[in-house]
Amino acid sequence: MKIDIAHIAKLANLPLQKEEEGKLATQLDATIAYIEELSQIDTSKVEGTNMVTQTKNVYREDEVDEFTTLSQDDALKNAKHKHNGLVLVPAILEEGDNA
Amino acid sequence: MDLHTLTIKEAKSKLKNKEISSLELTQAYLERIEKIDPKLNSFVTVTKDKALQMAKDADEALSAGEDKPLLGLPFSIKDNFCTKDIRTTASSKVLDDFIPPYSATVVSRLMDAGIVHLGKTNMDAWAHGSSTATSDYGPTRNPWDVERYPGGSSGGAAASVASDEALAAIGSETAGSVRGPASWCGLVGLKPTYGRVSRYGVIAMASSTDSPGPLTKTVEDAATILEVLAGKDPHDATSSSLPVEKYSETMKAGKKMTIGIADDYFDGVDSEVVAKVQEALKLLESKGHTVKKIELFDPKYAIDVYTILMRSEVSSNLARFDGIRYGNDRSYFAEEAKRRMMLGTYALSSGYYDAYYKKAQKVRTLIVEDFAKAFAEVDVIIGPTLPTPAIKIGQADDPMFGEKADILTEPSAIAGLCAINMPVGFSSLGLPIGMQIMGRQFGESTILDLAYQYEKETEFWKQKPNL
Amino acid sequence: MEEILKKYTPVIGLEVHVELKTNSKMFCGCDANYFGEKPNTHTCPVCLGLPGALPVPNKKAIDWCIMIGMALNCEISLVSKFDRKNYFYPDLPKGYQISQYDEPFCTNGWVELSNGKKIGITRVHMEEDTGKLIHEHIDGNGVSLIDFNRSGVPLVEIVTEPDFDSAEDVKEYLQRLQQIVRYLGVSNADMDKGDMRLEPNISLRKVGETKLPPYKVEVKNINSFSFVEKAINFEIKRHAEILDTGTYPMQETRGFIEAGSKTVGQRSKEEAHDYRYFPEPDIPPIEFSKEEIAALMQSMPELPDAKKERFIKQYALSAYNADLLTRDKALADFFEICCEDSGLVSVHPEPTHIANWLINRKVDITKYMPADVIMQIIEASRVAGVDVDELDDILKKVLEENPEVVTSYKAGKTNVLMFLLGQAMKSLKGREKPEIIKEKLEKLLA
Repeated sequence: MKIDIAHIAKLANLPLQKEEEGKLATQLDATIAYIEELSQIDTSKVEGTNMVTQTKNVYREDEVDEFTTLSQDDALKNAKHKHNGLVLVPAILEEGDNA
Repeated sequence: MDLHTLTIKEAKSKLKNKEISSLELTQAYLERIEKIDPKLNSFVTVTKDKALQMAKDADEALSAGEDKPLLGLPFSIKDNFCTKDIRTTASSKVLDDFIPPYSATVVSRLMDAGIVHLGKTNMDAWAHGSSTATSDYGPTRNPWDVERYPGGSSGGAAASVASDEALAAIGSETAGSVRGPASWCGLVGLKPTYGRVSRYGVIAMASSTDSPGPLTKTVEDAATILEVLAGKDPHDATSSSLPVEKYSETMKAGKKMTIGIADDYFDGVDSEVVAKVQEALKLLESKGHTVKKIELFDPKYAIDVYTILMRSEVSSNLARFDGIRYGNDRSYFAEEAKRRMMLGTYALSSGYYDAYYKKAQKVRTLIVEDFAKAFAEVDVIIGPTLPTPAIKIGQADDPMFGEKADILTEPSAIAGLCAINMPVGFSSLGLPIGMQIMGRQFGESTILDLAYQYEKETEFWKQKPNL
Repeated sequence: MEEILKKYTPVIGLEVHVELKTNSKMFCGCDANYFGEKPNTHTCPVCLGLPGALPVPNKKAIDWCIMIGMALNCEISLVSKFDRKNYFYPDLPKGYQISQYDEPFCTNGWVELSNGKKIGITRVHMEEDTGKLIHEHIDGNGVSLIDFNRSGVPLVEIVTEPDFDSAEDVKEYLQRLQQIVRYLGVSNADMDKGDMRLEPNISLRKVGETKLPPYKVEVKNINSFSFVEKAINFEIKRHAEILDTGTYPMQETRGFIEAGSKTVGQRSKEEAHDYRYFPEPDIPPIEFSKEEIAALMQSMPELPDAKKERFIKQYALSAYNADLLTRDKALADFFEICCEDSGLVSVHPEPTHIANWLINRKVDITKYMPADVIMQIIEASRVAGVDVDELDDILKKVLEENPEVVTSYKAGKTNVLMFLLGQAMKSLKGREKPEIIKEKLEKLLA
C-alpha cells in the first residue's frame, strides 16, 4: 500500500517539506503494514465501542453561564493578530461560510 | 529532617501539628528544584513566586484552623493541564507562549483542596510518547540513572516525585502515560477508570481513553489525591456520576483476593522484570491471596487498536491548533505529532474508515468483553507494567516506539479500566521495576486495597535515587 | 424557460440550516443571542476551541430539533450520537464541527405542498454554527476578521430528497418550513438575520427519465427565498445550455451573487472535501425511550395544518381564509381572541365576519386589542343614528332589567359592561356607535 502523502497532508492541514514527505511516507507505510494484522480478527458479529463506560444521555440545561464566559480581552489575549476586537487572518478569497 | 522527602500523610500531620510551615516546605522543594532540575529537566515552567504566595496563604488558612484535604502541600502538574494565567505548552513549541484564560477542572479541584502549585512538568509533546524523548524542551532524565529516560508521557511528573522535587505529581494517561513513568521511576502511579476524573481542561490526546491520575510515593497518597480529583464534572459529559468512595479508608479493607495472571502479559518481557513480578505474586500468595491463570486477548492486537483509535482522535484533537486564536501555526508541530496526525487522517479518510477506525472500534468491543469475562473469575489482574526497565536516552526512535512500549498498558486503557503501578524492586543495574494491578471499571478501591497490602510488606518507596 | 421544460425536468433538493433561539449555545453556556453584540464577547473555552475544553449538549436544542422532525412527519431515532465533521477553516475554531452523520435524530419525513406533491425529508439533524467572517481592507490590504460570538450556536439541518421540480415549489416549501419553526417557537427564522440559510442542489434530466442525473450542483448559503428562486432558475437555464451541447455540467459548489442574480463556481471537484466523520468521543450516546418521545409529541403546539383544519370546522371559515389566518401564528391567535371577546357581546359579529374583517382590512394586530376590533366591526355595521333621549331610555331600561349585573359592576367587575353593552346594542339594533353607548353606560353607572 502506498499513501498519497501530499493529499493526506492537505487534509491534515500540515505543511510538509519534500524530504519530510519521503520520510513520513516510508514510516506510515510501515505502520500501516503493522496494523494490518487486525484484519485477522473476525469482527463480523461485533458492534463497535464508541463509549467505553455506560455513560449516556448527558446534557446541560439551556441556561447562560456567565461564569465561564470570557471577556473580550481574555478571549483575544493569546491571538497574535487582531483588529478592533476581532481576530485577524489573511484574506480568505472564497466568499461564504462553511456551515 | 529533609523536608522534601516526606509523604503527603507525613507532611499533612507535620503541618497540622505546626512542626513545619507550608512556606518552609515549599521553599525546601523550590530549593531542591533549583539544585537538581538542571540535571533532570522535570519542569517546563517553575512558578516560584506563585508557589510562595500560595504557601503563605496556606499557612494563614492553617493557622485559622481550616481543614482542606491537601492544604499547603506542594504539587507539580503536568504541562498538558490548562492552568489559568500560567503558561501551558504540552511540551510543544506550538504552544510556546500560550497562557490559558481558564483552569482544568482537576487543577481547580487541587487548588480548592489547598495545594501549593510548584510548576508544570515536562512530557512527551502532546503526550505522544513513552519516554519524554518527543518533548520540544528536551527529554527529562531518570533520577535513578540520568543517562536514561524516566518513561512517558508523564516523565517530568514521575521524575519530579522520584527526585523529591515535588511531594506529589498530577499526570495523565492515555495508555500507560502514568503507569509507565511510575514504573521506570519507582513510584505509585494510578490510572483511574475512564470518566472517574474529569478531562475538562486537559489538552486532549485520545479523548476516548484520556484519564488524569496522580504519581506518588505511597498508595495512601494516591488514594488521598484521587478523593480530591474524582467525581462528576458538569463540564465533562463523559465524567461519571457514580459516587466517589473514601479511597483512603476503603483501601484498608484488607480483602483476600483472587489475582488473575495471563501468560501473554509475560511473553517477550525482560527476564529481570518477569522475575520481580513473580516474586511479588509469591509474596501476595503467601499473604493469603490466590493467583489464578487466565486467558486474555493477546495484547499485541491492542497495539493495533490503540494506534488506530488514538492517532485518529489525535488527528482531530490537534486540528484546533492553527495559530489563529492562540499559539503558533501548524509548521511548529514536531515529527511525532505530524506522524500521528498523518496516520490518523489517513485512517479516517474516505474509503479507509471501515478498514481501520471502525474495525478498531469492533476489536475494542472484543477487548472490553474479554476483560469482563476475566473479571467474572478474578478480582484483579496483575502483570508487568512495561516490558523492560528504563532505556537509555536516544533509544526511543522507532516510529511506533510509544505504542509498542505500552503494549501491556494499552488493553486496559482501551477498555477504560483502572490500574495502578507498584514498585516491585530493582534490576541488577539498580533501576526500578514495576508491576500493574488492573481492576474493573470503577474498581479503584479494590486495586488500592491490594496495592496497599503489598506496599506494607515491601516499602520500596523508601529507597531513594542517589542524585 | 418553457422551452427548457419541454425538454428537461429539474431535479432539486434542498438543505436548510435553521438557527435555534435557545438561551445558551449548543455545547456551552455562552449567551446564544449574538446579533448586534460586541464581537468576541460571547465566547468561552468551549466555543473558542481552547485546548482541553469539552462540549456538553444543550437538552432544549435537542428537544427542539426533534420537534422540528416531528412536525415534518419524521421517524425519531431512539438511539443517536454526535459525530465530528473534520475540515479546516478559520471560522471553525476546533478544526471540526460537531454534527450528526449516520445516526441523526430524525429521518424519513415528508411535507405535502398545496398542489398535493409530497416532498420527502431525508433527515433532520443537530449541529453547531461557525464563527462569522468579515472581509475588510486595512491599510489597503485585504484581510478577514473573525467574530466567534456565533460559534457554537445551535443549528438544525433539514435535508430533503431531490423531489422538487420547480423553484416555485421550493419557495412554498421554504415558507411552510419557516411557518412551522415559528409555530414551534424554536427559531425566529428571520432571513435578514441569517436564521435560515438555504442550499439548493440542482440538476436536470430529460423529460420522461426517472434516474437521477449523474451530476448535481449545489448553491451555498443563500439567505432569501427569492434569491433561491433566482438561483434555481439561473441554474436550470445554465444546465440546459450545457446539456444541449451534449455534455454534463460540472459537479460543483457555487455561490449566489446578488448583483446580476447569478451563480459562480466556488470549489472544483479536485478540492472535494473528505470530512473524515467519526463518532464524537466527548459526548456519550443519546437514547430516548418511547415514553420520552411520546411526551415530546404531546408537548408540541398545534401546527399550521391542524390549526387550519380546526378553523374550518370550528369557525366555519373557508379554506382560503383559514389558510390566510393561520400563516402567522400571532394572527391566528389574535383571531381566536377576537372570537372569544365577540362571544361576550350579545349582538356579536360571527367568526366568518371577523375573519373577513381581519383579512380584507389587513388589520395591524400589533396596534389594536381584539376587543377594539370587535367594536370597530359592530360600529361599521351600525345602520343609523338615534336621538339622545331615546338612547337614555333604552339604556336605563337595560340597567333596570339587569340589577345583578349593575351590582357586580359597581362591586368592581367592570368587564360585565360588555354584557350590558351587548343588551343595549340588541335593543338599538346597531343604530348607535358602541363607543358612545359604552360612554353613556359608564356615566349612568357612575
